[in-house]
Amino acid sequence: MKFGVLVFPGSNCDHDTYNVMAEVVHQPVTFLWHESSDLENCDAILVPGGFAYGDYLRTGAIARFAPIMQSVKKFAAAGGPMLGICNGFQILCESGLLPGALMRNAGLKYICKQVHLRVETTDSPFTHALRAGEVLKIPIGHMEGNYFCDAETLAQLERERRIAFRYATPEGAVTPEANPNGSLGNIAGILNEGRNVLGMMPHPDRSSETLLGSADGLRIFDSLMASLATK
Amino acid sequence: MNPGMNAGTTTATPESAILSPELLRQHSITDDEYQRILQALGRVPSLTELGIYSVMWSEHCSYKSSRVHLKRLPTESARVVQGPGENAGIIDVGDGWVCAFKIESHNHPSYIEPFQGAATGVGGILRDIFTMGARPLAVMDSLRIGPIAASSKDETTAVIHKNHSILEGVVSGIASYGNCFGVPNLGGETRFESCYSGNPLVNAFALGLMRKDEIFYGKATGIGNPVIYVGAKTGRDGIHGATMASEEFHEGSEQKRPNVQVGDPFMEKLLLEACLEAMRTGAIVGIQDMGAAGLTSSSCEMGARGGVGIVMNLDQIPQRETNMTAYEMMLSESQERMLLVAEKSRAEEVLQVFAKWGLDAVIVGSVIAEPRLRILHRGVLVADIPNTSLTDDAPRYHRPVGTWKAPVPAVPPAEILRQMQSSRNAEADLKTLLASSNLCSKRWVHEQYDSMVQTNTVQGPGGEGGVMRIKGTKRGLAMALDGNGRWCYLNPRLGAAHAVAEAARKVACTGATPVAATNCLNFGNPEKPEIMAQLSTAIDGIAEACIALGTPITGGNVSLYNETKGEGIYPTPVVGIVGILEDVTTAVPADFQRAGDTVLVLAATTPAKENAALASFGSSEYARVIFGSLWGQPPALDLTAEAKLHLALAALAGARLLHSARDISDGGLAVALAEGGFQHQLGAEITLAASETSDMLALFGEDASRVIVTCAAASIQRIEQLVAQYGLTIQARGTTTRATLTVQTDKRALLSANVAELIPIWADSLESTLRQEVITPAGRMA
Repeated sequence: MKFGVLVFPGSNCDHDTYNVMAEVVHQPVTFLWHESSDLENCDAILVPGGFAYGDYLRTGAIARFAPIMQSVKKFAAAGGPMLGICNGFQILCESGLLPGALMRNAGLKYICKQVHLRVETTDSPFTHALRAGEVLKIPIGHMEGNYFCDAETLAQLERERRIAFRYATPEGAVTPEANPNGSLGNIAGILNEGRNVLGMMPHPDRSSETLLGSADGLRIFDSLMASLATK
Repeated sequence: MNPGMNAGTTTATPESAILSPELLRQHSITDDEYQRILQALGRVPSLTELGIYSVMWSEHCSYKSSRVHLKRLPTESARVVQGPGENAGIIDVGDGWVCAFKIESHNHPSYIEPFQGAATGVGGILRDIFTMGARPLAVMDSLRIGPIAASSKDETTAVIHKNHSILEGVVSGIASYGNCFGVPNLGGETRFESCYSGNPLVNAFALGLMRKDEIFYGKATGIGNPVIYVGAKTGRDGIHGATMASEEFHEGSEQKRPNVQVGDPFMEKLLLEACLEAMRTGAIVGIQDMGAAGLTSSSCEMGARGGVGIVMNLDQIPQRETNMTAYEMMLSESQERMLLVAEKSRAEEVLQVFAKWGLDAVIVGSVIAEPRLRILHRGVLVADIPNTSLTDDAPRYHRPVGTWKAPVPAVPPAEILRQMQSSRNAEADLKTLLASSNLCSKRWVHEQYDSMVQTNTVQGPGGEGGVMRIKGTKRGLAMALDGNGRWCYLNPRLGAAHAVAEAARKVACTGATPVAATNCLNFGNPEKPEIMAQLSTAIDGIAEACIALGTPITGGNVSLYNETKGEGIYPTPVVGIVGILEDVTTAVPADFQRAGDTVLVLAATTPAKENAALASFGSSEYARVIFGSLWGQPPALDLTAEAKLHLALAALAGARLLHSARDISDGGLAVALAEGGFQHQLGAEITLAASETSDMLALFGEDASRVIVTCAAASIQRIEQLVAQYGLTIQARGTTTRATLTVQTDKRALLSANVAELIPIWADSLESTLRQEVITPAGRMA
């Protein structure tokens, strides 16, 4: 399996994501420069976290116009698996690949800490190896992670079981106290209609080795690997 | 080559300025210094030259008051690859890796404009690291702010509100810059004291990694090699920033806001990637960031280090504003700029890398044989100065050093002594301490920092020291900052030695071996003999401790004139210590890990006797918070014993015998025990071996060289053997618990508290203090 990590000016988790695929998942991985339009025959695309173009404008608002995004959209439309993490999630929302938007955190401050996520659906390449209702410990690090969409979209996401993760207590209760940023319905990650594109604010790239405090994020990459292998 | 470059051999001289005493005063140049300028140039300087001398001879750039004293610091060891004098110090960490690190102040700008002042402080220290070829691995900050809670002191509501806004601005400035740039912040320390109200301290530490054979220096070599300007365009921001940082504050200092630069972390991130990529081409011979004094310092320092000169044509400088004069361009402190020297035949390769990253990169000059700084603007030679007159031969003063006198009595006031002898509720006192600004959780600060980017963070903020792994090796690096201004005020020499010892102890608690240090010396006005006495003796204390603990100083920064309206800060040396873990998987966390573990209090020295303990209790957080009083001396410090404690901790960690280790410091044993359990909602029940002092001193006294460790019961015997070999004693034993915190002797209970009650008091205090409506005793809005 070959993985491609998009690199925009200001991406700063590009090396982290690359490192997980190369050193932990042990798969071929390559950086894909924003000015290119060649996805180099990658089997899955990872959109890493960071501050693309400095995020001085709305997060992801400039990155969506990068030449590589045209190829990325075609790849997604053809059912190619794609994972957007943090700034990557914001970029996928701005690009229209995922519905809704990520607003400023309810507390108006950047938050970096470990949080707990309840797995809401196992019907996707990223979550099929997980158990519905189980709790993962994965950290967040963002200023704009407050997920919002209109009532109709939310109803559709719920109906189609496209909410992948919700912020929860360590015991799995979805409560206001467990919501770090004010996200609608404690939403931490969502899928597109085709279920091949996942966007999530928490960082599985930062939680794939026990030395760093948690290896729960690795299970998302392992799940993706397993589903690619059975394709 | 650009027109005018042949001026490297010109015989013309710059046009002299029309000088007045007023003009010299505006440039903070004394009459004596002016005579030196006349001598160095052999003529009257031009206005541009006067500006250049003014910044390069400022305290901030020249260290003219501190240099003669800094020489007493130890700077060498087998691990030191680069000591003081470069952009950052470098030590060898093994496996072909070296790390560059340094701490630097950005105090004055952070008072005038907290957000940008602190943000550009982070930006500046990061450039110091990557200009040497290192990729920044971690940052930390030491913050000193005036009180944020209403106290019995006479702070007005307006002062407390101002301190809130300084803290909020500084923290969000640091967060904004570091998060966007993509470097993890491992926390550091934040303390509050009245003396920092008009003069907050913002000291930023950064550490980066590189291969030993890929170090770059700020040195110009190779006659005819092109000098290349890269990064952000030059504007009028920050002109005379270095001079501002070399003056006391007075009414109207806020008007200096235009002197504070504006940071662009996105630009810095691009500059980092482009510089590291350009360095890999092998075409760069020297590189230096444009920090304080911008184009001026980078060009004359690179020339001086290489024993050559540099000629620059300012018409080529990328400019953000129109009609900038030579004076403005040479003194601008616009951020995110670098100056580099490339191999003559390979300049194009360098320019291409910067073009890829969308950055300006322009040839602005060349290296010349004559060791001078020559500046051309609009076809006119505007400056022609011998480099070394700006750097090595800058004035250095043996300022009068007063004799230091203890500022407060050695014994407590009678009223306090009475209070100490009356019976007190230890649980209530513990709660008051845990809620106090200096001891409460700093989660509100460090959760705003990205502490995990780069996926190397083994131990982030909130513990003792930060621990980072080094990818591709088994090794790790630990680092910690410390500095207790109150202790240095009471005794500069001892207080400064404590800063070294405590930072090193925090590093040792992680299991790492402390190997090197960096320091940031924050003091008042050096023209006052009593301030020079503080500075000189504090340097002696640092030197003594660094020698004893095997941590030479590899660099740092001196920040003087930290005074507002004639009122100085506490002398505040802040020390950063770096340690090495041979195997990062042996790193020991600071928090108790589970209930039922054995708790041991290890001490390298015997407890102070009642009289000495009473004298040092006056320097404690307890005396400050509970009594609102200050007397006596800092605790005694036995550096030989301290060094043994560090060796013992490394040995215990290496043998994987410890589940946690934490330093006993501010707030004493009771506070350290409580804090040890908070992360995992644990308590501890411990029994003191013997207590010759009163309960209050046993619980809250801050004797040095002590740590609390937890371990499996099965490890106790091996631990006892090991610590005995290093001469340590076990002062208390006990067990971690689920619910309660108790301290007792075999005869009676000293303290009993419910952990679930303590946690919110400690965890939420800072945030709720910042949200509270401030009503001070002094009550009025200024």
